[in-house]
Amino acid sequence: MSALAHVPTSSGQPAAPPGARRGRSRLLPYLLLLPGAAWLLVFFVLPLLQLAAASLYDPSGSISTGYAMTWAFGNYPDALQQYWPQLARSFGYSAIALVLALLMGYPLAYGIAQKAGRWKNLLLVAVVAPMFTSFLVRTLAWKTILSDNGWVVGLLRDVHLLGADGRLLATPFAVVLGLTYNFLPFLVLPLYASLERLDPRLLEAASDLYASPLRAFQKVTLPLSMPGVIAGTLLFFIPATGDYINAELLGTPNEYMIGNVIDSAFLVRLDYPQGAALSFLLMAAILAIVFVYLRKAGTEEVL
Amino acid sequence: MGHETPAGDLRLANLTKRFGVFTAVDDLSLTIPQGSFFALLGASGCGKTTTLRMIAGLEEPTSGQVLLGDRDIAGLRPYKRPVNTVFQSYALFPHLDIHENVAFGLRRRGIRKVTDQVERMLSLVQLEGYGRRKPAQLSGGQQQRVALARALINHPQVLLLDEPLGALDLKLRRQMQIELKRIQTEVGITFVHVTHDQEEAMTMADTVAVMNAGRIEQLGAPADLYEYPATAFVANFLGQSNLLAGEAAGHSGDDVLVTAHGARFSVPAGRARADHGSVFLGVRPEKLHLVAGPDQVPAGHQHLGGVVSDASYVGVSTQYLVRTPWGSELSAFAANSGVGGRLPVGTPVTAHWDPRHAFLLPRAAGEDDQTSPLLDEPPVGALS
Ligand SMILES: Nc1ncnc2c1ncn2[C@@H]1O[C@H](COP(=O)(O)OP(=O)(O)OP(=O)(O)O)[C@@H](O)[C@H]1O
Ligand SMILES: [Mg+2]
Repeated sequence: MSALAHVPTSSGQPAAPPGARRGRSRLLPYLLLLPGAAWLLVFFVLPLLQLAAASLYDPSGSISTGYAMTWAFGNYPDALQQYWPQLARSFGYSAIALVLALLMGYPLAYGIAQKAGRWKNLLLVAVVAPMFTSFLVRTLAWKTILSDNGWVVGLLRDVHLLGADGRLLATPFAVVLGLTYNFLPFLVLPLYASLERLDPRLLEAASDLYASPLRAFQKVTLPLSMPGVIAGTLLFFIPATGDYINAELLGTPNEYMIGNVIDSAFLVRLDYPQGAALSFLLMAAILAIVFVYLRKAGTEEVL
Repeated sequence: MGHETPAGDLRLANLTKRFGVFTAVDDLSLTIPQGSFFALLGASGCGKTTTLRMIAGLEEPTSGQVLLGDRDIAGLRPYKRPVNTVFQSYALFPHLDIHENVAFGLRRRGIRKVTDQVERMLSLVQLEGYGRRKPAQLSGGQQQRVALARALINHPQVLLLDEPLGALDLKLRRQMQIELKRIQTEVGITFVHVTHDQEEAMTMADTVAVMNAGRIEQLGAPADLYEYPATAFVANFLGQSNLLAGEAAGHSGDDVLVTAHGARFSVPAGRARADHGSVFLGVRPEKLHLVAGPDQVPAGHQHLGGVVSDASYVGVSTQYLVRTPWGSELSAFAANSGVGGRLPVGTPVTAHWDPRHAFLLPRAAGEDDQTSPLLDEPPVGALS
């Protein structure tokens, strides 16, 4: 807040020598960054440092007896050894969900951006509208839809796609479906933005230059929409990997993801060092994957 | 693809395109012989691009046919047609570098070794060394040349050029015109060239078509169009014309007689597009000569009197406006050959012409005399 107050006073002095003025205008961009930087410092960097410290506390401590800082790096291998299945499951589920979301989201975004005509805005609202209700409520709605005595399961049992006592709820299928559904808009919106900018005359030029519709898509549409694909993929994948609501409501402990473990470490088992260590492991894994992905996808020709 | 198809003329038969109630191209029929250079001229919005798009397959005709040889290609998808386009908007692929833009058509036809061809094409359009740049890193004129190279490299049967040189400076434009003409003659590609530059159309094309409101007004060799235009629109669009409003007054031998503004004139019947009713008597400004009085008019020439109302010196020639007694103006170009002095504004003069250089055009009743205003630049034909 003091940073905010600083800006007007320093630029409000009228008669500064030219040299000082130039100095100040060079400073201006940084002054404009100050509020945001201060916010990040207080609400991101400091908690992160606190979390890093917590991950190295003596694991034998507890909330009641207090934690001692013992630089217990062993917390990391211990946590990993105990919970690697959940960590792997997080990435597995969200990767499958991502593929499904791309398969559904790309045609959807393309249709809205290039083919919808005057329905464009209405369709965009339809994509965003579900977000007006709570994430939790929507996931609970899926619980009803997929429930054992719901009509979906009934129908699938009737056509023998499911066995007589087969179920959808409390299966990996339900969790992946929930992830796909809940994060789809985060993928569709950036994709839409990049496909909307696509100049249809480029497709005409491609077609004039002997490219079949499929080739034109592969060589023109897809590469030009890559920024949207990348942004959408990240916006989808990162929250989906850390999610625990879908596994909690639509799955069983057998489908638990790393988010569920961290949730219970902090709120149920009160094992702060372990929860903190797992949080850092998740963050490091996501960062590594994003880094590799950007290196690969960032190259000029993806296909 | 395209190379195996039988060679042949490009024929448009009753081609029509309507956008809603608006008719952009109206019952267009013409034949463009294989290997010829065809120029399409016309005011903005008269349907030139729409015509090209129908030939390329990017626009579906409302009715009519597009034939290449004996084959009706109107049903073929654009990528199946042996036709390439230099787009008015360039439409370069922004994510590909110049090399890949130019190679695009070759690669889509499965040709693997493209580097040599691309390099040759780039040097032809004077863009050697630009291969690794992206389109956004080029100037407008450079982008236009890439668009040209990208289409030309495919050696299609028909090349459609939609104002391909519009963004170039005069010198580069002349060079590109020569290159284009050379390639066209060497490779035998049929060129359909849309341009706003009359001189470009006249110097490059075998056949020029002047289009107006979706229809072809006149089509023919450049000199024929210039010397003997078919309509007032063509007479004014291609070069300039003095058009005197008159009435046809019968025949006398091989001549058609005309009365205009109380005077009698005649035009050879072979140069009359109309021989009764309301007509325009047309004379090109460079065919109109100015002398001091009727006694200096050469035998056989026809004349009328007036006063010099404007003179503008443009180097190789001087352009005069002569105000007639009935108030309209005629324009006349006099070569600055050193013979004869300049005529100051206000000088009474007699304008005369050889009737064999005049022409008669049909005129809608009520239309008055027409003269193009003086230009800063000498018009086509005035110098050559
Ligand atoms: N998709 C379209 N929908 C409606 N009208 C169109 C469409 N495309 C072109 N037109 C109209 O058809 C007419 C001819 O357009 P066209 O692009 O062929 O003109 P042009 O002769 O190429 O003009 P310019 O010299 O300015 O490029 C114009 O009046 C234009 O407004
Ligand atoms: Mg056009």
